[in-house]
Amino acid sequence: MKELSLNILDILENSIHAGASDITLSIEEDTSEKDRLFFSIQDNGKGMDPAFLKTVFDPFTTTSTTKKVGLGLPLLKAEAEMAGGGAKITSEKGEGTIVSFWFQYSHWDRPPIGDIAGTVLIMFMVHSAVEFSYFHRVNEYSFSVSTKQLKEVFDDVPLNHPTAVKGIQEYLTTSIQNLHGGKNGQD
Amino acid sequence: MAKISSLEELRKIRNDAKESMKTRSGNAKVRVFASMGTVGIAGGAREALKAMIDELEKRNFHDVEIVEGGSMGLDNEEPIIRIERDGFETTYGKVTPDMARQIVAQHIINGQMISEWVIARNEK
Ligand SMILES: Nc1ncnc2c1ncn2[C@@H]1O[C@H](COP(=O)(O)OP(=O)(O)O)[C@@H](O)[C@H]1O
Ligand code: FES
Repeated sequence: MKELSLNILDILENSIHAGASDITLSIEEDTSEKDRLFFSIQDNGKGMDPAFLKTVFDPFTTTSTTKKVGLGLPLLKAEAEMAGGGAKITSEKGEGTIVSFWFQYSHWDRPPIGDIAGTVLIMFMVHSAVEFSYFHRVNEYSFSVSTKQLKEVFDDVPLNHPTAVKGIQEYLTTSIQNLHGGKNGQD
Repeated sequence: MAKISSLEELRKIRNDAKESMKTRSGNAKVRVFASMGTVGIAGGAREALKAMIDELEKRNFHDVEIVEGGSMGLDNEEPIIRIERDGFETTYGKVTPDMARQIVAQHIINGQMISEWVIARNEK
């Protein structure tokens, strides 16, 4: 993938396909001494048993019936390791899964984060039946928003209404810009 | 659209959206099925869908519902967008953001499919 926000979308879609009804995405950017960029995606989907979990970073692992090779997670792990970071998956059958990966923030080989607002927007727009929470911190500033909050705001207007989608997109874009400009997100 | 930096401001957008729904009778006229598989995501599915929303909003057309499409099992054709309108289900393949905008203008709004991009079509 060209940008990390696309890897994240792919991981989120894995959670959906695993039947999750609750998914949390956290992004933590520490640009100072810690020099670290951290992502985690937590879901309450069907999980993986220990034997399968051991193989999930193997490039030939997939349970997809339409594809011969699952490349998402192994490739991402390799990219993270090349950029001073790593990847980890913890999962329990019937309980859920946590996928996390991290990078040295300032590393030359670290892919750009990319359009994270676009990725989060897809979750709210196409998967509004899933309870999705998004948390994003940049140094001491943070922002969070969830499907639950948005449903309260939009009330009887569905989140996939084009005007709602555009509004949510604008809200996400502005809030993420503010984070990088040293401002907290508002709810 | 003005800058929106709080849920309070988002509430105003909700009222606009509500207003536009008053003219809608029952179910949306058009349904758009989106599918975000690995291949589609890498190939620009997210960008195509964003362009589609942008065009719908620009043209002030709201009688549409975007829903989860499930895997369409056509990896070579990703990104795929499927349109349900006038009793037909029409599938477009290798959809770029520009194509997505034209599909909105011609097919979604005016009901004219763009044959050269269609990869499957069947009656619902
Ligand atoms: N969140 C999850 N919950 C349960 N199973 C998962 C999850 N994420 C991935 N998997 C399993 O791991 C496999 C490999 O995932 P991935 O490397 O992303 O490849 P792909 O999704 O292309 O098959 C998936 O096919 C799926 O069976
Ligand atoms: S679009 Fe997310 S599961 Fe199909």
